[in-house]
Amino acid sequence: MDQQVATPASSAIIRSAVDDPKVTSKDVCVFYGEKQALFDVNLDVPRNAVTALIGPSGCGKSTYLRCINRMNDTIPIARVTGEIKIDGQDIYDPDLDVVELRARVGMVFQKPNPFPKSIFDNIAYGPRIHGLVRDKTDLDELVSESLERAGLWNEVKDRLHEPGTGLSGGQQQRLCIARAIATKPDVILMDEPCSALDPIATAKVEELMLELRQNYTIMIVTHSMAQAQRVADKTAFFHIGYMVEYGDTKQIFEDPQDKRTQDYIFGRFG
Amino acid sequence: MATQDTISSPAAASSRQLNDPALLRRRYSAERRFQAYGLAAIMVALFFLVVLFTSIISQGWTAFLQSSIRLDVTLDKSEFTDADGNVSDKAIRLANYAKLGRDALQNALGIEKPGRPEKRKLKELLSRGIDTQIRDVIEADRSRIGQTVPIWLLASDNVDALLKGSIDRDVPEARRQLDNRQVAWVDKLVEEGRLEKKFNWGLFTFGASSQPETAGLGVAIIGSFFMMLIVALVAVPIGVAAAAYLEEFAPKNTLTDIIEVNINNLAAVPSIVFGLLGLAIFINFMGLPRSASLVGGLVLSLMTLPTVIIATRAAIRAVPPSIREAALGVGASRMQALFHHVLPLALPGILTGTIIGLVQALGETAPLLMIGLVAFVVDYPVTPMDPATALPVQIYMWASSAERGFVERTMGATLVLLLFLFVMNAAAVYLRRRFERKW
Repeated sequence: MDQQVATPASSAIIRSAVDDPKVTSKDVCVFYGEKQALFDVNLDVPRNAVTALIGPSGCGKSTYLRCINRMNDTIPIARVTGEIKIDGQDIYDPDLDVVELRARVGMVFQKPNPFPKSIFDNIAYGPRIHGLVRDKTDLDELVSESLERAGLWNEVKDRLHEPGTGLSGGQQQRLCIARAIATKPDVILMDEPCSALDPIATAKVEELMLELRQNYTIMIVTHSMAQAQRVADKTAFFHIGYMVEYGDTKQIFEDPQDKRTQDYIFGRFG
Repeated sequence: MATQDTISSPAAASSRQLNDPALLRRRYSAERRFQAYGLAAIMVALFFLVVLFTSIISQGWTAFLQSSIRLDVTLDKSEFTDADGNVSDKAIRLANYAKLGRDALQNALGIEKPGRPEKRKLKELLSRGIDTQIRDVIEADRSRIGQTVPIWLLASDNVDALLKGSIDRDVPEARRQLDNRQVAWVDKLVEEGRLEKKFNWGLFTFGASSQPETAGLGVAIIGSFFMMLIVALVAVPIGVAAAAYLEEFAPKNTLTDIIEVNINNLAAVPSIVFGLLGLAIFINFMGLPRSASLVGGLVLSLMTLPTVIIATRAAIRAVPPSIREAALGVGASRMQALFHHVLPLALPGILTGTIIGLVQALGETAPLLMIGLVAFVVDYPVTPMDPATALPVQIYMWASSAERGFVERTMGATLVLLLFLFVMNAAAVYLRRRFERKW
């Protein structure tokens, strides 16, 4: 333990600078009551790219991800310090409307969680509450566009009014991605989106991420190092609340600098 | 402890045989024994349920039949005119209906010029409720005055009891409620098809009465209906709002902990205490009328509130957090997440809890006794401010009446109350199925 605490935050190894970052974090700390879960994270996330957050369970990667759309606000005892900016705008600014933020920063969860409503209503819900569409035609268009982008349109176009919960797990997860896209976000957060899916569904979601990368900034938490290597442009390694090493995915996996990163990547723990 | 040993020392594990028959047998028999206990418990419960229903139904079913005598009543014009010889409301109100009924009965039996004792005996065969029956016929159409109209008149409770077999014909005349002559008349009327047991609509329409044959649940049913309405309008919105706030918005601190403990405590407070509370607050302090179903409804609302809150909180808590996260994740506010997603999914549970609360309130007696709903109310209450009674209170009042006719009515009223409870429970099951959604 002493060794961990002695590691100063500034010792995080940043392998490559990011020009014009989409999301910047400065000295982000998260506390759950008395317990500190995240220590001074400094991270610049590149625009229109996939950034993977990896690390053993309990390392704080999901906690960090949930700071970006302020999902941690829903936990009464959680407290976030430091600064997170999206396009230069402080998202913890007290004047900022968290509802707007969450429309701009979409989220896909570990377990597919479609609403127990029709496929159409699942997608239409976000645009409706944010007033993104003027009439029915607009809405229909937005729904089909979102489903197309999520690669689900051809599979569901004939049964848009059947319940979303009737789809297979992989389809449900892509439905959730389509739902996130429908509010026109520019950042999509994915918290282990494939951990409940079989390899074929996983492959589809990964393919989708590579496509979406062109228009969205994607941050993904994953336990699968192979997945991070397949999809991510940048990778950050977290360990017990610290961001240990951050750089191009290739650098991190082929030539990790920190001892802890090496141990994790070469399978010596975790 | 044995298992721990086996785990810690591999030597012990290898020394024990896999599928040790003695161990297997012991485990299997323990399982069978447990199932037998469970089955026995269910059988005992079922047995008592069957006993309860058999006794209620066997004693109560006759309450749904009432003996009536078809008589041709001559509506003699002189009975309904005042001194000037005109038909007037007052004269109709004061007419001697008992005499009209008795004359009709006397004609039907072919008795000419009866003496005073015979007149009294004839009168005893008819209910005192025939006044209202004949008056209603006249009020429906006044042109009937002066004509002879066939009317089914209520028989007295003794005649009813004789027909239902609860007066024993073998009892010596001196100790029997009807003497030999009266029994003979009754037999003759039955033979002629004039005296019949008909379905007892009066049980559902009449108000309070000291005669069992004209006593009914009308006032009690209306009173109970008003109370259920008030409980549904007061307890349900307050209860659901309180539960939703506590579950979704309230900060978790000492204050909310205290509130939570107290809600659970309130659910266990004896119901009569709520009656005392209602008496002190609604009647003595706020000055609302006694015996009013409004006060009864408010007291029952207070009593039902904890049940509704607890059931709603449980239903809200049962909604998977992933749905809440999904809604918040697409940018719904907490209130939107609650109203668009959480409450609709919790609805079946809320409905079930609410109806269970209503059922509880419908069967509640003690608090109503405290606020004067044990009144003798003859007229239907029109508003919740009018005096009324409630179904369980009516059962209580009838149960403490002496007449034989009230015994079967007590059981009959119990059956009616049970029927309402069944219907409401069935509604709860139906609504739960109807609104249940899978996720």
